[in-house]
Amino acid sequence: MNGGSVDLAVIGVGPAGMSAAITARKHGLSVAIFDEQNSPGGQIYRNITGLGSDRLASILGEDYLAGRPLADAFADSGAIYRAGTTVWRIGEGGVSWISAADSGETAALHVLVATGAMERPFPVKGWTLPGVMTAGAAQILLKTDQTVVDDAVFVGCGPLLYLLAYQYLQAGVRIRALIDTTDKSSHIAALPSLPAALLKPSYLRKGMKMLSAIRRSETPIHRGVTEVDFSGTDRLQAVRWRDRVGEHSIECDHAFVHHGVIPNVNVTMATRCTHRWDEAQTCWRPETDAFGRTSLDWLTVAGDGGGIGGAKSAALSGEIAALGIAYDLGRIDRSAFDRASGRLLSKRRRDLAVRPFLDRLYRPAPRFRAPVDDEVVVCRCEEVRREQLAKAVQEGCPGPNQLKSFTRAGMGPCQGRMCGHTVVETIAQLSGRSPQDVGYYRIRMPIKPVTVGEIAGLTASQGEPS
Amino acid sequence: MPAVASSDYVVIGGGIVGAAVSYGLARAGEKVLLLDEGDIAFRAARGNFGNVWVQGKGGTSPAYADLTRRAANDWADFARELEERTGQDLHFRRPGAFYICFSSEELQRRAETMARIDKSATVASPFEVLDRPELAKRLPEIGQDVAGATFCPSDGTANPLHLLRALISGTILLGGRYLPRQAALGLRADGQGVAIDTQAGIVNAGKVVLAAGLGNEKLAPQLGMSAPVRPVRGQIMVTEKIRPFLHFGTNFIRQTLEGGCLFGESSEDAGMDDATTLPVLKETARRAITAFPLLRNARVVRAWGALRIMTRDGVPVYQQSRSCPGAFVLSVHSGVTLAPFHCGAIVEALRAGVLDAGTFEPFSPERFHVQAA
Amino acid sequence: MFRLLEATGRPMTAIKVDGRTVQAEIGANLASVLLRAGFQPFRTTPVSGEPRMPYCMMGVCFECLATIDGITNCQTCLETVREGMVIERQLGASPIKPAGEGAP
Repeated sequence: MNGGSVDLAVIGVGPAGMSAAITARKHGLSVAIFDEQNSPGGQIYRNITGLGSDRLASILGEDYLAGRPLADAFADSGAIYRAGTTVWRIGEGGVSWISAADSGETAALHVLVATGAMERPFPVKGWTLPGVMTAGAAQILLKTDQTVVDDAVFVGCGPLLYLLAYQYLQAGVRIRALIDTTDKSSHIAALPSLPAALLKPSYLRKGMKMLSAIRRSETPIHRGVTEVDFSGTDRLQAVRWRDRVGEHSIECDHAFVHHGVIPNVNVTMATRCTHRWDEAQTCWRPETDAFGRTSLDWLTVAGDGGGIGGAKSAALSGEIAALGIAYDLGRIDRSAFDRASGRLLSKRRRDLAVRPFLDRLYRPAPRFRAPVDDEVVVCRCEEVRREQLAKAVQEGCPGPNQLKSFTRAGMGPCQGRMCGHTVVETIAQLSGRSPQDVGYYRIRMPIKPVTVGEIAGLTASQGEPS
Repeated sequence: MPAVASSDYVVIGGGIVGAAVSYGLARAGEKVLLLDEGDIAFRAARGNFGNVWVQGKGGTSPAYADLTRRAANDWADFARELEERTGQDLHFRRPGAFYICFSSEELQRRAETMARIDKSATVASPFEVLDRPELAKRLPEIGQDVAGATFCPSDGTANPLHLLRALISGTILLGGRYLPRQAALGLRADGQGVAIDTQAGIVNAGKVVLAAGLGNEKLAPQLGMSAPVRPVRGQIMVTEKIRPFLHFGTNFIRQTLEGGCLFGESSEDAGMDDATTLPVLKETARRAITAFPLLRNARVVRAWGALRIMTRDGVPVYQQSRSCPGAFVLSVHSGVTLAPFHCGAIVEALRAGVLDAGTFEPFSPERFHVQAA
Repeated sequence: MFRLLEATGRPMTAIKVDGRTVQAEIGANLASVLLRAGFQPFRTTPVSGEPRMPYCMMGVCFECLATIDGITNCQTCLETVREGMVIERQLGASPIKPAGEGAP
């Protein structure tokens, strides 16, 4: 087989994937690791090995630079690293992949999915307009190429939105306004989780520092925002919002939206391992034990793809998962496993202490998760509006898969990534069922679109099949 | 268990067959309830091509050849009526279809089969045998390694998902009821009718129609009928939308009006496993590229396995229970093609309370016993 | 309009963007370069012809698609600049090219 045979195949070279590879190699496992990007780091440490500029390094800050030693250790780990490579099929026994130059299948005794998080959909009117992009996207532009834009409006809530605003201010890039959708009631609702969060005060301290820097800047901040939409002909021209006082709008060319991150579940869903609806994080996640073991004995999940915990927890869960795999494959004995994992598990527990507080404080209001306006495009690829979903649900459509058949929501090239959660929460809201009961799309192979020729196993140099 | 619903007619199975019967009953003014499974079901309706397909059908059964040809001829009127009622475009077109052959031997065998069927059928359905040069005139994108094709102008295509939705919407619009997430767990004759156990409770039916696909096999014997069906897995792929290049049906590749290309032709016995497998996907992709080389650069968005509902001879089974005369079973794998029949003649037979021997004898499961003897 | 925070000093190459010659840093993220070059919109949709631009920059939204060196529906946010690259805007559903044509 072109692609060889290893003990462990890892998908994703973010903090979880890198540390899993390092740990697995330490215990003598052969590892092949795959990632779509051309350099390691995942989204959080994107371009960590290619950052040329000291100024950019200081703008991105020490939390970002923490990825450097990890990437260095990963480079020395001896794992087979396939950069710029898309895994399109995953199953018991290994993975199928393609890259610009090559394609193949890699056999593996075990597979670890470390595909991380993606930003929650932001389904409001006009979110498909050119000029509207996620805060994460804007941060990737900053990290990879120092690409920025002046006078963007920041819309939404959550740590990443404020972090980007802070980094923009550090870089001297003008921000038109911050339109904060943090639910007023969340401040009170999050209070019970505050004592636990204070066990790990560094996160809160950093958060306060960012927020006060934004407040001290000249950036106009609008709080208590309950509705948002975007308008324009052929591209973004204005953002409109509503608060307790009434309706407001400003003209702008660019908006960065953010309502937190959710596990990128397409890969794990495609394996059909068991998933659960996580009500605290309002998202689907694969059901795992502390070591990331799923309902399938050949599959483990580490990092934010198994539930949102942030970069440090992701790195720890990569180590923990790799230990579990090494133990399950008989490469380390029980006492070594217990010793190493006990320490890591308690470290991760401490790191996660802040999470319930953040989850509750920045939980997007229901109307931002399941739009109530019929005109809102829910499925961007097939341009399916909320109205079409509501009509199908009204006719008794039993769940997201029949809905997909009837409306085409989820049938486009993004394979349901951008609409899955919205569709589920919309069905739940309209039918009075829980998201867990509603279920999710059945995600199919290929995990990412690949050409017919690539599935046929033809490489660019090969001619016609005979 | 409490009685949760009752209806003069209960149709079990919310696929295209069950929904067509429900729609027909509702249209005839009958009180009908359509019981369906949940969102995750072995739903052949969601896994098929949407071909309204005539050519090659009925090789062992002239009655089936005729049934198919009549249904295909009725499709245009059926589609118009259903579209007007529901506002749902069924994407029905009848440009004819090609059966693509990869060797001259295959083409010759195919031509002989078609001629034989045509001779025994009473409803006309002309066809042509095309060698590669002639085929290339009509399908300019056809590959070098294709030997030829048979072409049948009676064949058509529709969007099976739109069809299913329209049949369910139409049933509801006409006063029928649709109850999803209510799988039938058990059945028994109960006085004049049938009692159906579901998760929610008992549903009482005057007459019951089993259209539960592979589920019929377990349900039918409970009312003294048989549904000798087995799952035959087909693996299908669909591409992203591409600019239209294929305006005809073919036996294993079709471009939908939305622009995506569907293809797949595998037949496997895989039990109830509806997963995809790498060797079959590879082979399917290779065959598609051989037929239409330009597909090589088209991106596949989804691949899935679907379980066809296959009787031993591929011919539908329609049966009425002797012990419980209000119970009927329909086991069919060509739900799209036969939809006009299912909401027309079948419904009339249900209302008359009898599957008349003239029409239905060739479709009785008794035929398997005769063959076995 | 997107801009560079500061000059990167990376080696440059000329790429073709919708018939126009654009100077770009070798190895830079292609979507980022296209945004800075004012490539707008990236494409129009096959459903309604709506204009679209990059949304996620991490390979999940499929909004930043373009034709690169003859290959349609490429995710520009996952590509880096190579010498001599030719980028074309896709309007609606892309025509697929016969096998062989446009292969890298």
